[in-house]
Amino acid sequence: MATITTSYNRRSFLKVSALSGGGFLLGFSMLAGFKPAEAAKLPADWNELNGYIKITSDNVIKIMSPNPEGGQGVKTSMPMIVAEELDVEWKSIVVEQAGLDTKHFTRQFIGGSQAIRQGWKSLRTAGATARQMLREAAAKQWQVAVEEITTEAGKLYHKASGKSATYGEMALEATKIPIPQEVKLKDSKAFKLIGTSQKNIDGLKIVTGKPLFGIDYQREGMLIAMIVHPPAFGLKFKSFDASSIKKMPGIKDAFPIKIFRDDYEKQFFDTTTFGEVVAIVGNTTWEVMQAKKAIKIEWETFEGYTQNRNMLGRKLTEKIPAGLESTEEHSAKMIAMQGKEATLRRKDGDPETAFKNAAKVIERTYTGPFLAHNCMEPMNFFAYVTEEKAELVGGLQKPEFTEQALSARLGMPLEKIDIQMTRLGGGFGRRSYAHWLIEAALISQEMKAPIKLIYTREDDMTAGIYRSTYSATYRAALDANNNLIAFHVKAGGIPESPLYANRFPAGAVDNYLAEDWTIDSNITIGSFRAPRSNFIAAAEQSFLDEVAEAAGKDPITFRLELLKRAKENPVGKDNDYDPTRFAGVLELVREKSGWEQLKSKRSLGVSAYFCHDSYVAHVLDLEMKSSEPIIKNVWCAIDCGIVVNPEAAKNMAEGGIVDGIGTALFGNMTFTKGVPDSNNFNKYRMIRHKEAPKNIEVYFVENNIDPTGMGEPAYPPVFGALANALYKATGKRFYSQPFQTDLGKM
Amino acid sequence: MAKFNLKVNGKIRKVDIDPTTPMLWVLRDHLGLVGTKYGCGIAQCGACTIHLNGTAMRSCMLPVSAIGNQEITTIEGLSENGDHPVQKAWLEHDVAQCGYCQAGQIMSAVSLLKNNPNPSDEEIESAMNGNICRCATYTRIKAAIKTAAKK
Repeated sequence: MATITTSYNRRSFLKVSALSGGGFLLGFSMLAGFKPAEAAKLPADWNELNGYIKITSDNVIKIMSPNPEGGQGVKTSMPMIVAEELDVEWKSIVVEQAGLDTKHFTRQFIGGSQAIRQGWKSLRTAGATARQMLREAAAKQWQVAVEEITTEAGKLYHKASGKSATYGEMALEATKIPIPQEVKLKDSKAFKLIGTSQKNIDGLKIVTGKPLFGIDYQREGMLIAMIVHPPAFGLKFKSFDASSIKKMPGIKDAFPIKIFRDDYEKQFFDTTTFGEVVAIVGNTTWEVMQAKKAIKIEWETFEGYTQNRNMLGRKLTEKIPAGLESTEEHSAKMIAMQGKEATLRRKDGDPETAFKNAAKVIERTYTGPFLAHNCMEPMNFFAYVTEEKAELVGGLQKPEFTEQALSARLGMPLEKIDIQMTRLGGGFGRRSYAHWLIEAALISQEMKAPIKLIYTREDDMTAGIYRSTYSATYRAALDANNNLIAFHVKAGGIPESPLYANRFPAGAVDNYLAEDWTIDSNITIGSFRAPRSNFIAAAEQSFLDEVAEAAGKDPITFRLELLKRAKENPVGKDNDYDPTRFAGVLELVREKSGWEQLKSKRSLGVSAYFCHDSYVAHVLDLEMKSSEPIIKNVWCAIDCGIVVNPEAAKNMAEGGIVDGIGTALFGNMTFTKGVPDSNNFNKYRMIRHKEAPKNIEVYFVENNIDPTGMGEPAYPPVFGALANALYKATGKRFYSQPFQTDLGKM
Repeated sequence: MAKFNLKVNGKIRKVDIDPTTPMLWVLRDHLGLVGTKYGCGIAQCGACTIHLNGTAMRSCMLPVSAIGNQEITTIEGLSENGDHPVQKAWLEHDVAQCGYCQAGQIMSAVSLLKNNPNPSDEEIESAMNGNICRCATYTRIKAAIKTAAKK
């Protein structure tokens, strides 16, 4: 058993008196707009053992889920971890989404596939601490030693005396027990719940259409708001004619709003996209949509400028150039950069000499376009801002950061701002940049009324925060015996670089060079499922396939040989992967896919990548039907440590695989004079049922390592597996995403 | 503005409304039925799928004036307690990730199975191709439809 000291997280265990309910009651009444009947059913006498656990005297056990739920399954898996250590039956508990509550919880956000990894200890400690307090309460009441109290399925037992009690019966007494200084956590071999598949906690509500999402939120007297943003990057608001719409039916008002104060220093997740937009407010969505079409607004170009940004304490100066940018210019600029000097990020050995002396040099350039997130639920938020407080309800990924930005904008202290989190209709990084929450708050403040801001699909797709466009040129040198003796990557993007200099194959090659570059842009970018990895994995894993072929080696054997080298005699320092675990997923996928038997008969592509602390390898099997790939099978092997909820984790991996195939084939946002060329699903192609693989099999490496990321790691490697399988089927290499462009020419 | 008596989920609902208003917004803004989702507004994503006389229809481009006496069924009206075979199959396969598109997926699947109780894989793909799932749960959706077809 691991003993853990609880003091590090002391502020997470604020006790409140048995009947106050703490911040919870406020939260629930706000969310009562969703389903008032449910509020009435639930008992009121919650005994709060800590921020995560509340128990009534008649033994209703509630576990608060701290992080936003955007489809990654944490509203099920995080409470499962608490329940494991609390020792309660999963079926007997109630799960509730916590609001933003920095007193009780830390790291309440979606990002980096880290919820389970970072929450692992605090969630377990919360469960174990509450269980310990319940045991101590029972020991006190029964006048026996606490060591003699055992628990099982939400009950306390004292075997010698035959006494027993439910957690509910001891809950009030347990709140009076001092918080233990340290608690024992279970040995992972003793887990009863972790590692079993539990269904999505909101499954029934989802299939019956219950109001779960921000866009579903209703409030008495609530108005509907929309915004109009500049039609092109490089433009800003100039003026507008309110009279053009004010007489339209149902329209209340229209006015410009500035997202940030002029002197505000932007933080990590504050958008630069459109600093001033025009808000339109009315009674109903349809009426506001009509006004949005009719409104006359003048826009103007802006001068280039610089702005300071505080990235979690690291100060940056960003250049925002003037101009109306087009994809053609972007492509030309990226090609030009490949021939220019770049910033050195890592150098091992003597790459220059190795390339000079090589028997064979392979050089290839890969590109990827800007991508739009296209969450199915367009951006939206409810806001009701008065002099006294600001109430906000909706789905977002980084509530703590957004709250700080809102506080600065409104000049209102954090404690007067209450953010309640609904389910997110998709996040994928887009909902990290919650400028629409601030917009909603400003509109409500102006209207002195509760409002719900809704972006149209067109607003959503054209408002920026895209994935960057990238390019990477790789060179590999082989000696006369087909050994990889040098490796060079030079990568860059507009406006960010995709390079991870210390990832595989760094550490496996004697002579290694990694360098990068960037080009400024006024098209704004942000986190997108597996940021940077989602491009660089595609490029690198396609390139390694080609190098393996040039070396006359099987692509899995080739990678395993490199990993063996990285393990036995690593080159350089700071290699950020574990070669043994990396090789483990390749070996597992080789076995599960029947690679050795099928590789000469089918068009198989392999790829493997490490990101978000997890290892994933895919084998993809396809056939061509004229110019369309029909993907028959994808086999996937994952090492993410202990798998908390296996079936849900499989679902995540399947989604990542299909999403990656869709992005690789179709994902593409281009620009003409600053205007996004796609603004809805008729122009932006998303993967659909017909294009999805016919069969996906997901396998996990079994070990007792603490859990690591699961929401993102399956996504980046699939691009390469697809490109490599396409090569097998067509004889053509695919260097430019979306692959559909080259497939269409076949 | 115009008055309409709409048959929604077996009940008559009265609205006095701009006749060009799409059913999607009538349901969401006027009748409090928010299970039907807004995704694109141009009948490209299927999130707004409802049934009109039992057949799947995109509600985001369907003006209220075109409804007349036809019966509307939404996800809320599909079953009393989420026990329609398609809903049960969705739960059995634990299909949803974010869940936003799933009401539309379910409404399309119910309509498909009504017309074709034993669809082939290709028929499922064709019938469901208008429903986008951004989380890309397509393989589970197909498996759930096959399970529901057996019941």
